[in-house]
Amino acid sequence: MIDARGPAEHGIVSLWWLMLVLACAVFLLVCVMIAGGLIRSRHLSPDEPLPEASWGGPFIAIVGVAITGPILVFVFVLSLRVLRADAASTPKSALSVHVTGHDWWWQARYPNGAQTANEIHIPTGQRVRIVLDTVDVIHSFWVPQLGPKTDLIPGKRNSMWIEAASPGRYRGQCAEFCGFQHAHMIFYVIADRPGAFRTWERNEARPLMQPTSAIAKRGEQIFLSTTCAQCHAIRGTPADATVGPDLTHLAGRRTIAAGTLQNDPGDLSDWIRDPQAEKQGALMPSAPLSQTDIDAVVAFLEGLH
Amino acid sequence: MTIGTLDTGVPGESLPDFATGSRSFSWWGMVLLICTEATLFGLLIASYFYLRFRGGVVWPPDGIAKPTLSTVSVMTPILLLSSVPVHLGEHAVRKGHMIRARFAFLLGWLMGATFLLIQLVKEYPDTLKLFTPRTDVYGSLFFSLTGLHGLHVFVGLLMSLWIQVRLWKGAFTPERHVSVQNFTLYWHFVDVVWIFVFGTIYLSPHF
Amino acid sequence: MVDVAERLEELWAEKPGLADFIGTVDHKRIGKRYLYTAIFFFVVGGLEASLIRLQLSHANLHFLNPELYDQIFTMHALTMIFLFVIPALSGFGNFVVPLQVGARDMAFPRLNAFGYWIFLMAGIFMSSAFIVGRAPDAGWFSYVPLSNAHFTPGVNTDFYTLGVIFISISSTAGAINFIVTIAKMRAPGMSINRIPLFCWGELAMAISSVFAFPALTLAALMLELERRLGFHFFDIGKGGDPILWQHLFWIFGHPVVYIIILPALGITASVIPTFARRAMIGYAWVVLGEMAVALLGFGVWVHHMFSVGLPAISLSMISITSFVITIPSGIVVLAWIATIFSGRIIRKTPMLFILGFILIFVIGGLSGVMFAAIPFDQATTDSYFVVAHFHYVMAGGAMFPIFAGIYYWGPKMTGRVLNEFWGKVSFWIMFVGFNVGFFPMHITGLMGEPRRVYTYQPGLGWDVWNMIETIGVFIFSVGALITLINWWWSAKHGELAGNDPFGGETLEWGTTSPPPHYNFEHIPTIRSRHPVWDQPELRGGDQPIEAGGRALDDAHVTLSTSLLDARPQALIHMPHESGYPFALSMSLLVFFFGLLSGFLVVVGVGGLFAAASVVGWLWPRGQTQET
Repeated sequence: MIDARGPAEHGIVSLWWLMLVLACAVFLLVCVMIAGGLIRSRHLSPDEPLPEASWGGPFIAIVGVAITGPILVFVFVLSLRVLRADAASTPKSALSVHVTGHDWWWQARYPNGAQTANEIHIPTGQRVRIVLDTVDVIHSFWVPQLGPKTDLIPGKRNSMWIEAASPGRYRGQCAEFCGFQHAHMIFYVIADRPGAFRTWERNEARPLMQPTSAIAKRGEQIFLSTTCAQCHAIRGTPADATVGPDLTHLAGRRTIAAGTLQNDPGDLSDWIRDPQAEKQGALMPSAPLSQTDIDAVVAFLEGLH
Repeated sequence: MTIGTLDTGVPGESLPDFATGSRSFSWWGMVLLICTEATLFGLLIASYFYLRFRGGVVWPPDGIAKPTLSTVSVMTPILLLSSVPVHLGEHAVRKGHMIRARFAFLLGWLMGATFLLIQLVKEYPDTLKLFTPRTDVYGSLFFSLTGLHGLHVFVGLLMSLWIQVRLWKGAFTPERHVSVQNFTLYWHFVDVVWIFVFGTIYLSPHF
Repeated sequence: MVDVAERLEELWAEKPGLADFIGTVDHKRIGKRYLYTAIFFFVVGGLEASLIRLQLSHANLHFLNPELYDQIFTMHALTMIFLFVIPALSGFGNFVVPLQVGARDMAFPRLNAFGYWIFLMAGIFMSSAFIVGRAPDAGWFSYVPLSNAHFTPGVNTDFYTLGVIFISISSTAGAINFIVTIAKMRAPGMSINRIPLFCWGELAMAISSVFAFPALTLAALMLELERRLGFHFFDIGKGGDPILWQHLFWIFGHPVVYIIILPALGITASVIPTFARRAMIGYAWVVLGEMAVALLGFGVWVHHMFSVGLPAISLSMISITSFVITIPSGIVVLAWIATIFSGRIIRKTPMLFILGFILIFVIGGLSGVMFAAIPFDQATTDSYFVVAHFHYVMAGGAMFPIFAGIYYWGPKMTGRVLNEFWGKVSFWIMFVGFNVGFFPMHITGLMGEPRRVYTYQPGLGWDVWNMIETIGVFIFSVGALITLINWWWSAKHGELAGNDPFGGETLEWGTTSPPPHYNFEHIPTIRSRHPVWDQPELRGGDQPIEAGGRALDDAHVTLSTSLLDARPQALIHMPHESGYPFALSMSLLVFFFGLLSGFLVVVGVGGLFAAASVVGWLWPRGQTQET
């Protein structure tokens, strides 16, 4: 959070540093008073009565109310300014990404029909609206470097905006406890320069890249004829289920299983063979496939650029 | 030392060895119990309106008809008027008219029991023909709010029995009757809560 | 006046043996039981904490699987809040409040016993979830829909809902008892401006409890009806709303923070004057501050829901109250440090714990104000920053005063002073361990570590801090363990305490340690806010009749005094030992297990026995005349 990379988070971080300075001042006052009391006590004789402390009441009133009050009002007003900036609406022309929370992964849909999971691409230097829905329990969308978090709540469509100042890969994670794999509901916001983003978005909206190698073709057949296709969609094939992530351009992602594993043939093959070993409780069942079949499916999926 | 008092040990000082009203511990206990129970009802009623106004335009939802007032317009006066004999009963105890008090509390009990009986044998069966607690949020709220109130009436009836038995056994005198006071407080509370439950469940959907 | 003591002994003493062991209504015995039982659950909660910290000490560990981890972190919260901190502070309240106000017992002794037994039964009920391997696992906040029957079909969450309803009975009964005791049982002359500050803390806590627990009870009841009987309150498809749960939960959940902290502030305000050798500066400020905190505590719940997407106007309103509540809390702290600054500090163990507490509480308070700033809250809520914050205010903020209370009132309970050397050792280890354990959580939170994750990935810079946290928590445990051993050992071998080992100002120091069954031979008449300092006769341990004491040795009675100025009004007959509170709470345990298992027979048996216990409890015996 401290490492802010976007305007929404910058405001929050300034607020934080200000509050931290104020907090340190208060803490120092408390330490000084206690230390003062301890040091003074060494010089006080047990036999003599303690001096009157008629300053006590005014001290409490002045420090506790007269000084604290205005400071609090100041911080309150400042926080509302940051809030207003963060909550301001995005321009009509802004890109709007529809993010849906699932146990335990993130679906992202774009206005041009592109659909991906767990890796949300945005263009740099502009506000992107994130519309938030959930299909099951409450989740919370949080990219610490880019902005505050917003909950995904059944029956309530929330939205927020994020903006990344420069290209990069910003880690995000579900922030509301959502069950077994709350810890592995990770996603990345990938900010590209607008040109690169448009290229990505166009490609992502296309149907699948037809497999060319024999093994990949066999992989496609296996994918479509077994349990895989009951949950996943690959646009351009009969597979159009929406339970699991859309895999049309899986090869373009760096991670799988919501940031749990790397998207390489080894991890992908492990994942397909036994998802429960990698991510206990995940809703994906083990595929009843032989290792050669799995290899074929992996070859097919890793060709989906 | 006079009768009904005890020496405190301070020469010449004696204090009554009983207490009523705000001098008694149990009266305060009852007041605080009512506070916490009132909060419970208040929050449930607040939940009712929260759920009603959170989105739906049509209330009751799902094609359920607005609540009919025929049965409840008989039940309500019976319950509310039952506070009168209970009040008179307490008054009679304070004045030492124990026979009158017995009849008053018996009447109050019968009225409360009648209310509960009508709710159980007429109002609920009629309502269940239209919807159940499982139908939707409206059904759940209807039955949980009226049911929670009914449970309180039931507890009040048990308390009344306890008071009446002790009244017959001569436990109370014009001075010593804090249990009667506490029961009376509770009964009035249950009646007042019904005004809010009635307003929420039976009247508010018509507006 | 030996004969007064003898007569009182005859009236108030409990017989040795099982019947009076179970049937005791002596607030001192019940208070100690609360404390010992709470300490037991502290050890349980501490073990849960250790497992959590072991699992998180390094990235990607598989020491606990997510299923077990979720159960343990949920139970850690439930155990620490409902079974350790609240009852431990109730334990001090039970033991100390009647002594401080100069009464013979709590206002409702049998209800008091009942409250303890219910606490024990609820503790057994919730802990038994581990035995069947199905402990609650949806968090102590158990947000719907995660906690509904669809997403958590097992009995895990039923243990939670029924368990919290069960324990609410105990807390509400205890709260009512405290209020009436403090309102009506103060010794003659203890007018409202002479009530000891510890009693004010307990009073503020109790008033808060009376209005806060119904929200929890209602929420849990609705959830259980939805889970078991198919009602709809939170289910979107049937017109419900999951946000309603959050409102109800936090209408309880925020005040409960003050329910925990207010008695702890009370302990602090008791200890400081004793070891600063001067009266609390700004008594009225402290009282009004605590009452204001209790009141405003009901107006800040939405700051737990700042990222839910509520309208900006409601956020701003709650943001204001959350800022404003800082002022009364700050006033209380300022009064303490002004007293410390102008006092002559005696550095004994209870005071060390309190000084440590003040530093910890101020840190927690300062990070707490930050959450009032909406955007900052939205950035840090549900991160480890929050975990750090509430461990500073609720764990450190409650535990350090509880430990101070053990060293301060332990001698009053056992008659023997705890070992001072090991006390100081224990304090320093705990203080260092606490800060090493919990301060880095601020940092990992700001780095983006979310709460309630059973593991995390390497390479994020979280590993080192998490390892330090784990080490800190283990250091802390060692320190706490030293005190527990010290307490146990000193109770047998410690130095004799005498009436007043520390030179305290309040009435409990004006009787023997441990006090007799009847607390005071003569109920004293109070002429000062600091009776034991200002009324020399009390330092002797008794205020004789000549000085205004009242023996009340003709019957098993205590004094009822007027609310504001504590004039004697009546003598109230107090109940004797009774087995019915125990029988009723046992029956309720059976009843709740019946509800949990769904066996209606068990529900019926429990209900019948409960009804029989109530009848037995209320059945007029001996004196049939109303008192």
